[in-house]
Amino acid sequence: MTPTRKRRLILISLVIFGVAVATAIFLTAFKDNMMFFKSPTEVSAQDYPQNRSFRLGGMVKEGSLKRIENSLKVQFDVTDYGADVAVEYEGILPDLFREGQGVVAIGYMASDQLFVAEEVLAKHDENYMPPEVADVLQTQEQP
Amino acid sequence: MLPGIGQFLLVLSLLLAAALTVLPMLGYARNSQTLMQTARPLAHVLFITVMASFVVLVVLFVQQDFSVLYVAENSSLELPLRYRITAAWGAHEGSILMWVTVQALWISAVAKFSQSLSLSQISRVLSVLGLIALGFVAFVLFASNPFETIFPVPADGRDLNPLLQDFGMIMHPPLLYFGYVGLSVAFALSVAALIGGEINEQWIRWSRRWTNIAWAFLTMGIILGSWWAYYELGWGGWWFWDPVENASFLPWLAGTALIHVQAVSERKNAFRGWTVLLAIIAFSLCILGTFLVRSGSITSVHSFAADPFRGIFILVLLAIYSGGALTLYAFRANQLRSRDTINLNSRETLLLANSLIFITATFTVLLGTLFPMIFEAVGKKISVGAPYFGLMFFVLMIPMAVILPLGSQLRWHRDDMLAAVKQLLPYFIASTLLTVVVWLIFKPLNIRAIAGIYGGFWVLTATLGQWFKRPGRATAGFIGMSVAHVGVAVFLIAMSMTEHKDIEQDILMSPGITKQVGGYDFTFTGVDRVKQENYQAQQGHVEVRRDGRLITTLNPQKRFYPKQQMPMTEAAIYVGWSKDIYVSLGEAVNQEGAWAVRIYIKPMIRWMWFGGILMLTGAIIGLFSARIKRQEDKQRDHVMAQQLKLS
Repeated sequence: MTPTRKRRLILISLVIFGVAVATAIFLTAFKDNMMFFKSPTEVSAQDYPQNRSFRLGGMVKEGSLKRIENSLKVQFDVTDYGADVAVEYEGILPDLFREGQGVVAIGYMASDQLFVAEEVLAKHDENYMPPEVADVLQTQEQP
Repeated sequence: MLPGIGQFLLVLSLLLAAALTVLPMLGYARNSQTLMQTARPLAHVLFITVMASFVVLVVLFVQQDFSVLYVAENSSLELPLRYRITAAWGAHEGSILMWVTVQALWISAVAKFSQSLSLSQISRVLSVLGLIALGFVAFVLFASNPFETIFPVPADGRDLNPLLQDFGMIMHPPLLYFGYVGLSVAFALSVAALIGGEINEQWIRWSRRWTNIAWAFLTMGIILGSWWAYYELGWGGWWFWDPVENASFLPWLAGTALIHVQAVSERKNAFRGWTVLLAIIAFSLCILGTFLVRSGSITSVHSFAADPFRGIFILVLLAIYSGGALTLYAFRANQLRSRDTINLNSRETLLLANSLIFITATFTVLLGTLFPMIFEAVGKKISVGAPYFGLMFFVLMIPMAVILPLGSQLRWHRDDMLAAVKQLLPYFIASTLLTVVVWLIFKPLNIRAIAGIYGGFWVLTATLGQWFKRPGRATAGFIGMSVAHVGVAVFLIAMSMTEHKDIEQDILMSPGITKQVGGYDFTFTGVDRVKQENYQAQQGHVEVRRDGRLITTLNPQKRFYPKQQMPMTEAAIYVGWSKDIYVSLGEAVNQEGAWAVRIYIKPMIRWMWFGGILMLTGAIIGLFSARIKRQEDKQRDHVMAQQLKLS
């Protein structure tokens, strides 16, 4: 082998090795952090990932918001007018969180009945609704 | 009347942009001096008409002309004058008009400061820039016209989104656009070079300056965006890996790769194809970013009205520009083949490695951003969490930090790798010691924080060491590089501290109560009401003490904008040398005046942005390189002499 070829071979093997390592890390990181989006109807049909976080989206049900006395814990129901899911959250709710408005909660199912949210996102301004929530509502409105 | 004038100016701009696209290129094809000489004047006139239409829009806002739909939707009688002016680019239509205005300014600047390019080169570059302007002016006219009128005329407007009534917001979009659009110069140069099938050092040297300026603007725009999100969104984070943030970060990453490769390709006949390709990628990502932000096709915390037609329009532009450029590249790149061989033990190799790392980072961010869209197409709804980006970035930044000092240690052309590594040994020891000291002071620190701080000290000590050991006087290029690399180090250390040593707590506080967070005592003394120009607010008072000594009283606000029926959280921040103390109000919890209060302690967060500012300062210092100026002057004289001979 000529020195040039040998050098090229080393360079190419290094690049392939680098790409392989990067791909492996990429796939692992990706698998662990991919989050599914589910509607209340899907959740009540037990169609949700077990033991990992997912995003639950819908409307905050009118009259369902309750605060646990003297704490930052709140409970509310998320609905798509087909099914409801009870959600528990501890912390500060976003400014635009309202009953009857769209919301996306990130968390997991603590039991078959209760979704524990780690993060709650409400729509960002009056005109905006998370596209996923808009979709969920559209499918429910058309009987 | 006035809206009609604005509209007319836009139509005129469209025609001028079309002329700028066609005439100089035709001149190049037919080798007609006369046609090619139209390029520069057309560029200046285009800027005047576009700028005039933008001024018309600002005047409409100042005059409160609610017969214009865009003004009615984004202004109101109560909106203070300063925000009426900035509202001109606060929403979609105006912001795209601003994009076009900034681009026209850039085109005009290119026409002015291109004395070292021959007529055939500059006419091709301006023609490509004209084509880009043509697409975006058409986008303004046909898909997002800010001069559209409504009837009947409403008595009052709907007001500007309160989040945008802020200094950060005033500066953030123009700076980002300067960066985005600035990268179009390197793109235009690449396409022009591919059309002609030739490129030389001097041409790349010319485009390098534009890339540096664009990159500096982009950096500043990103820093401001991060700072604005930190204090205005009330969440206390500085980066969320949100698709819209990624949209500005992607061109930055590709631009960073481009800057480093250009350093090689302007010196010798190497990496030619790679330089051209990176320039195409960087600007394509700018257009893709615009698409992501403007189409609403990705779930994002940023609120932008979703309009499928606009999305498709930008996608078509992207297909034309990037698709066209890449096709051209596929056919012509072999004509740009580099002739010089690169020695493995040289700075060139390390700069190539740098560009590979940055382009890998670009693609991992791109994949994470676009994957939800791909999944959506097959009917599944997913999102990619911030931890993915965080991990990938961490993994890629380790090799970046490791090889950085080696790159600046090695000489151009040919060097001794082993000797260079040996020279770096003292810095390795110094950075290890410093990291251990930091660890002893701040432990526990997790592995990522330690790696980040270690990397930061490694880059810092090596860059400073090389500075003091350099032979001879420092050139602007060397100073610029060192300043930017110190910026990288400062950013790495500060970011690691901010990310891993911060304290975030949401607590319930009744008036008079004191809570301890991170060694500070926070006393909540209650909430009162204040009224401002166009909002009312409930203002909380939190006294911050350390060991009984009062440090500051923070007054976070919960604002309410009656016009838009919109509440907003205004955080109060105490800015210290080593840390920020950040307090914001949640909501009133009970009738006795208890509130949910959010308290954050963010160590070194300002230093992180300061690191970014050092990076862009370095890019600007690099512009004053005497070597580049000397060569530019020589080239300009050469071009002038040629022209004299011709006439």
